[in-house]
Amino acid sequence: MTGFWRAIFAAGFFSNPEVQNALWLGGVIAVVSGAIGVFTVLRGQSFAGHAMSDMGAAGAAGALLAGGTAIAGFLSFSVVAGASVDLLGVRPRDRDVATGLVLTAVLGLGSLFLFFDTRIVGAPEIILFGSLFTSDPGLTPWLSALGAAVLLALAIVFRPLVFISLSPDTALARGVPVRAVGFAFMLLLALAVGESSLVVGSLLSTSLLIGPASAALRVTARLRHAIPIAAVLGLLATWLGILLAYDSFYWPPYGRGWPVSFFITGLVLAIHLLSRLWPPAARYGSTTAQRTARIGG
Amino acid sequence: MMDTWFGEISTAVLSPGMFSFTFMQNAWLSGTIIAIVCGTAGFFAMLRGSAFAAHALPKIGFAGAAGAVWLNANPLLGLSLFSIGGALGIGWLGKGARRDVVIGLVLAFGLGTGALFLSFNNEYAAGAISLLFGQIVGVSQSEVVDTALLALLAMAMIAFLYRPLLFATISPESAEARGVSLRMLDILFLVIIGIATAITVPIVGALLSFSLLVGPAAAASHLTHRPGRAILVSVVLAVVSLWVGIALAYDTGWPVGFFVASVVVLVYAGARAGAAIAGRRQTAGSTSVKA
Repeated sequence: MTGFWRAIFAAGFFSNPEVQNALWLGGVIAVVSGAIGVFTVLRGQSFAGHAMSDMGAAGAAGALLAGGTAIAGFLSFSVVAGASVDLLGVRPRDRDVATGLVLTAVLGLGSLFLFFDTRIVGAPEIILFGSLFTSDPGLTPWLSALGAAVLLALAIVFRPLVFISLSPDTALARGVPVRAVGFAFMLLLALAVGESSLVVGSLLSTSLLIGPASAALRVTARLRHAIPIAAVLGLLATWLGILLAYDSFYWPPYGRGWPVSFFITGLVLAIHLLSRLWPPAARYGSTTAQRTARIGG
Repeated sequence: MMDTWFGEISTAVLSPGMFSFTFMQNAWLSGTIIAIVCGTAGFFAMLRGSAFAAHALPKIGFAGAAGAVWLNANPLLGLSLFSIGGALGIGWLGKGARRDVVIGLVLAFGLGTGALFLSFNNEYAAGAISLLFGQIVGVSQSEVVDTALLALLAMAMIAFLYRPLLFATISPESAEARGVSLRMLDILFLVIIGIATAITVPIVGALLSFSLLVGPAAAASHLTHRPGRAILVSVVLAVVSLWVGIALAYDTGWPVGFFVASVVVLVYAGARAGAAIAGRRQTAGSTSVKA
């Protein structure tokens, strides 16, 4: 029996401090991303969410170049990016192009910063791909607090946010400040994405944001259920990914470990595909009457 | 006085060798070809709201290039396989789920695979990293031929699909009622974007090649509303943006993508401002006539 467990959890998995830090931080990111992701998917803002992670990476590249910290670069750029995408793309038709052009402008600068970073430290891989295992443990309490703050703020705007996401016209007619609530959500999304890009790299950020949430919305039509389901699915993918990455140090071809991002993005894609086998009857509501009936979960 | 000032600027911008080196001639030729394809395909990409796909496919293609570098194969082959394969994957999975979710997840998994291939490379994968930023040196004669052939294929597909694409993009319901297969059209259009990506990434880089698809077409949409004219304007803007990008990259040694993206954003801002001013003048003119 010990042999079996040894085969799954390679020696030192539970005692290694880097692994423990990765499990905790990865868990925080997965839960926050899952909760914010449900609204991101619902509101069709996956592109904006992804763009913010890229722009955060541009900020981090610039901050490294200027001798600052990556966390300041990630958070400031993703928040500014979120605000400008929201302000420029007022009409849904414009949103796609607005996001694309803001991303072009910021990523253009970012690629220049990254290019200079390669000359100095060889940093593009770290910024783009990140790694849970190399995250600075000193930042862990701050990042956990930021995650908790984002969740708290989400809880505060929850009801109006549900309303404006499901039936914006009715919400507007009833006097809900649709633009203000939408803008507030964009800022929360930016904080969540900025934080997760810092910890897990910009590519994992998008995956954890929309994958578990899209699966949860497929399985249940009730938002109050979808959020915990998304968080649990995200946790599952993250922790399983960390375990596989840890075990892979003994795998071919070179015996020095496969990147954790490969496992997590693969697992998230698998979860999404599996969720699509779920009977479509349970998918998110199709008529306005059904949607209105479900408001408030 | 004026003459020397102008002369200094022009020798600084058009620095020696820019047009005489063989690799630069190849870069100009390739660049012009890809700008024509991107300007044309970008018009439809903008109409169809495909900016996210245009942004995702180059990064997916980058993963293929990293894999090819690991296996000592031609990076361009890996790039083409992954960007066209990614297009097919997004098109195939796009049915029955939100399109932007599918693009995001395929993009993330593609980049995850790219991280895996990069980690398999024993030394610093310079060949793969240069595809991230793009480069103008080292475009070989045979690559120009490959680029031209793929561009011809993409342009032929656009020409063949021109009417149904326009029809299905403007009024999908009536197109479907007339027997146009929206799903087939969608997948074929993604493949066109995939091909455009495969030829653009080596020069402009995976990070920013989408800017050439998004920017010029968006700028053109503010200048004219007729499809044929908009495509023409979009192509001209794309070609000019890429030419400026190549010239400045040659002068400075900085990444082409940075210059192309900056020029494209300026062009878009200029077009939008110009359209706004023209619109205001028009309304002012019509009110004064009424008065």
